[in-house]
Amino acid sequence: MTPASDKTPRTLFGKIWDAHEILRHPSGQSLLYTDRDLIHEGSFHAFADLKRRNLRPRRPQQIFGIADHYVPTLGRSADDAASPAIARMIRTFDENMEWGGLRHFGIASREQGIVHVVAPEQGITLPGLTIVCSDSHTSTQGALGAIAFGIGQSENAHVLATQTLWQMRPRTMRVTVDGRLGQGITAKDVMLALIARIGAAGAGGHAIEYAGQVVRDMSIEARLTMCNLSIEAAARLGMVAPDETTFRYVAGRHYAPTDQEWDLAMAQWRALPTDDGATFDREVELDGGAIAPMVTWGTSPEDAVPITGRIPDPASFASADKRKAAAKSLEYMDLAPGTELDGLLIDRVFIGSCTNSRIEDLRAAAAILKDRKAAIPAIVVPGSTQVREQAEAEGLARIFREAGFEWRQSGCSMCAAMNGDVVGPGERCASTSNRNFVGRQGPGARTHLVSPAMAAAAAITGRLTDVRRL
Amino acid sequence: MKAFTRETSTVAYVPGVNCDTDQIIPGRFLKADRAEGYDKFLFHDIRRDAAGNLDPRFPLNRPDAQGARILLVEDNFGCGSSREGAVYALADAGIRALLAPSFGDIFFNNALKNGIVPVRLPAAVCEAVADHLAADPQATVTVDLEAAQVILPGDLGAHPITIDAFARDCLLQGLDEIEMTFTYMDRIAAFEAERMARNPWLGR
Repeated sequence: MTPASDKTPRTLFGKIWDAHEILRHPSGQSLLYTDRDLIHEGSFHAFADLKRRNLRPRRPQQIFGIADHYVPTLGRSADDAASPAIARMIRTFDENMEWGGLRHFGIASREQGIVHVVAPEQGITLPGLTIVCSDSHTSTQGALGAIAFGIGQSENAHVLATQTLWQMRPRTMRVTVDGRLGQGITAKDVMLALIARIGAAGAGGHAIEYAGQVVRDMSIEARLTMCNLSIEAAARLGMVAPDETTFRYVAGRHYAPTDQEWDLAMAQWRALPTDDGATFDREVELDGGAIAPMVTWGTSPEDAVPITGRIPDPASFASADKRKAAAKSLEYMDLAPGTELDGLLIDRVFIGSCTNSRIEDLRAAAAILKDRKAAIPAIVVPGSTQVREQAEAEGLARIFREAGFEWRQSGCSMCAAMNGDVVGPGERCASTSNRNFVGRQGPGARTHLVSPAMAAAAAITGRLTDVRRL
Repeated sequence: MKAFTRETSTVAYVPGVNCDTDQIIPGRFLKADRAEGYDKFLFHDIRRDAAGNLDPRFPLNRPDAQGARILLVEDNFGCGSSREGAVYALADAGIRALLAPSFGDIFFNNALKNGIVPVRLPAAVCEAVADHLAADPQATVTVDLEAAQVILPGDLGAHPITIDAFARDCLLQGLDEIEMTFTYMDRIAAFEAERMARNPWLGR
């Protein structure tokens, strides 16, 4: 562990990193202790690696498996999978979990869901922890005041075998969002506005801490959305200092400490926020009051503009490579420069993904859909089975169904498009997910990233629509 | 891991900023066992036309790109999904080094673990290499990890490879990281015991 003087002001990130640094190699990399490793079906390569080495997971009690990427959303058995190859992924996951003696929430479990929705929900994610998962959106979980980042399968095998990871310490960036968000503006809009400003490569090599009044005022659900999208700005991770909102959220969750241990934990957690006077390698400031509902027009999350805006002319970009990229994006998206986003015809709507599938997201969409009808095909995929049950208890499921939405079982679904839920070639989808990449939602699919309320508005009108008008 | 000391090869230029790992390998191929070989998935969709045939305009489909073990790519290459399959596809296709202004962080680490050297070069240098290749497609580049430099064609000279010494040592020796970490197991166990004593709820 690095002894740091008590007097040196430190960042939230620095405190957690220092507390997990077992040693620093003379060459600069840190051997970092990982408190949690989360496993999903895609982790099968890491298990194959362990088996080849004749190793077993070293700390099974700190590893949790959750099936999400390949699970069907129209049934709760591997037999419901879209193809035999997809069913095999789900079964292999179960076999690997049994083999490793690992706690896991399989497809039929009441605790199942998208790993980044389930881990906070179950209290697996806690302030002050280091959390890894072989999924880039692991950054989501930093919302509770943790260092949480995505890794590859080689790194995953290393964590399973040793409960540690060699890492270079990232630089730090603070994103301060001050002021107050306007009506109908969400964490999704804040992040799309940020990524549009700093670019999809803008936070490369950095750990972001989100701060400012807007972030302080946010629920945990909204902070999870913020941190989730950090990776779309190329950040290593995103995080928010734990506060009373965090502690209220964590208290009573299944794997959270209780009684005397809760008090011990709280004493540690209260010391985590960034000290006054601590410095960041970069500072970015956003005026929350100036942010409008955002929508993407291209094939990178940085291609985002306010719904009141128009599709930019590729010629207006400063560099040659951006001009080329924009022209290529517009060709793929079948859009012309100067077109107004508001009113653009849409073929289908997807509400779901680790970005926007929590209870608050479903409430926001349902508030728009109440007593209205979708004009185009639309599906809702709750982020977890518990979110699904809660939404049913609150009457949200009924609102979605009455509006003509399909009410599905939880999973990654049409965001990763690995389970057979896809957007058809050439179809235009208003999606609450996180990536508008070429082919992300299926070969030839065209994605417009929006908030849940904006997705609901698009479903009603069949067009991209400024939700503030409805 | 396959050791890397020095590689000299012709270079294929695959342009496009923010080339995400979904482009390098579409998600539907990630179910494949590694033993099956991932090379056939490399840039699968973007190297084909609408009918599914190889598009002769895509750089890697051109005759002069065959045999290239080094790729020149653009800013933020390998952003997006953490899928190591993107690196498997490159490695299985024989790619040993990548030149770009920047890489996605997770992709960068994944490459290093699979014996591929991602070389960060200033954007202007990358552009100069692209220009040079346009005039002389058979020009070669040497990635010399031992000397920690990349030797570019023509009068573009040598540039330092800025990879941390740890990763460089691992690559040069083809070290198995897990085996190496096991040599620190006493310190890991001691650290862990202290952490669990202070946070017993983490280890149940």
